[in-house]
Amino acid sequence: MSKQRKAVALISGGLDSLLAAKTIIEQGVHVEGINFFTGFCVEGHTHAIRKKDKDKPKRNNALWSAEQLGIKLHIIDVIDEYKDVLINPKHGYGANMNPCLDCKVFMVHKAKQWIEENDFDFIITGEVIGQRPMSQRKDTMPVISRESGADDLLLRPLCAQNLPMTLPEREGWVDREKLHDFSGRTRKPQMALANDFGFEDFAQPAGGCCFLTDKSYSDKLVDLWSARGKKEYDLDDVMLLKVGRHIRPNKQFKVIIAREDGEARFMQGYKKDFINMNCASHRGPLALIDGAPSEEDLLVAAQITARYGQGRDVEMVDVMIRDKDGSERQVQVKPFGIDEIPQAWFV
Amino acid sequence: MARENLNAKRLLCPMPVIRTQDKVKTMATGDVLEVVCTDPGVMQDIPAWCRINGHKVLETHSEDMEYTLVIEVG
Repeated sequence: MSKQRKAVALISGGLDSLLAAKTIIEQGVHVEGINFFTGFCVEGHTHAIRKKDKDKPKRNNALWSAEQLGIKLHIIDVIDEYKDVLINPKHGYGANMNPCLDCKVFMVHKAKQWIEENDFDFIITGEVIGQRPMSQRKDTMPVISRESGADDLLLRPLCAQNLPMTLPEREGWVDREKLHDFSGRTRKPQMALANDFGFEDFAQPAGGCCFLTDKSYSDKLVDLWSARGKKEYDLDDVMLLKVGRHIRPNKQFKVIIAREDGEARFMQGYKKDFINMNCASHRGPLALIDGAPSEEDLLVAAQITARYGQGRDVEMVDVMIRDKDGSERQVQVKPFGIDEIPQAWFV
Repeated sequence: MARENLNAKRLLCPMPVIRTQDKVKTMATGDVLEVVCTDPGVMQDIPAWCRINGHKVLETHSEDMEYTLVIEVG
C-alpha cells in the first residue's frame, strides 16, 4: 500500500485557498492548513473594534475555511519576522505599502520550514496566474517558488495545468489531470468550482485580506515612519493605525480621536501608554496623543479633542489631560471651528 | 488533571486563539485551560479552533466586557 502523502495548505480565509485545499483533499492527500498572522490581516480586528461593523459576522474566515474542509489549522504568529518583509521588500511595494511578492515568498518559505519540521511532503497555495498584479503573474510565480526555497514542492492546484510539473505531480502523489487551469482576474471558474464542492457563504474580500493594500491605512503607516524618522513599528502601532481619526498638527505629535464607542472602548486599553484627554465639561470622545508634544501642542490637541465633543459650539470647554503616570490636570480651551483644522493635518 | 489559566485580555483575534493554541501545546490530554479575553470575537473563534483541533469547550461566560472560556484539551 502506498504511503499517504501530506500537504500543508496556506489558508487565508478566502475562496481560492479553500478551493485549492479541497482539490487536493479530493485526491486522497492528508491536508492541514497554515495561516500566518502578520498583524496586518483584516480578519477580525476592526470588526471587533468598530460598532458600524457589528452586523458583519465576527468569524475568523481561516478557521471557518478549515472547518468547512474538516482539516486542522495552525495559526502562526509572524509579527516580528514580518517586519523585515515590510520594511525592506526586495521586490518593492504595490500600489500602496503592500509588499505582495516578498510577502508571498516569505510565507511559502515559512511553510517550507514547517513541512520540514512536521514531516509533510509538499505545499499548496490558492494562487492563480494573472489574478493579482504583483504576486500572481506568470513571471513572478517562479520567483516565489525559487526564492522561498520551496521550488517544485510548491503546487498551485487552481492553475497547475498552466505551470511546469511539480514534484507531487511527477511522483504521482496527485493527478495533474484533476488539477485546474484557471487564469486571469475572472472569478467565474472559482464560483463554479465552489458550487461543485457545495461551498456557500465563503469570504470574498474585495481588496485582499491585508490592510497594507488599503490606501488610507498605508498613508497612516508612512506618516508614522516619517514622524519617527525611521521605519519601525510594533503591534500596538499596527492596531492603532486601524482605529480613530488621525490628526497631525506637526511632526512632534498626532491626535488619535475615537470615532465611536467601540473605538473608545478599545483605546481605553492604551490610556497608560499615551498622554490622553477628553472633554470634562461636555460629552466627547477619548483622544490619545502620540509623540512628544510640548505644552503648547497639548493645548492644540485639546482644541481638536473639543471639536469632536458635544461642546464644539460653545465658547470654552474644559478638557481633562492625563499623563502616562496617571496624573491629571484640567485646561480650558476654545474648540476649533469646523474650518479651523487644516485638511493637511488629517492623515 | 492539571488546570491552568491564560490571560488574553486586550488582545484582538486571532491573537487570543494563537496564545490558546500555544498554551494547549504544552498541556496533556484531559487538562483544563481557562482563557480570559476582552475581544468578543473569541466566543466564536476559540470554539471554532477547538472543534477543528479536537478540543472541548466545557463552559463559556461573559461578565463586565470579559469573556471566559474553559477548554478541555483533547
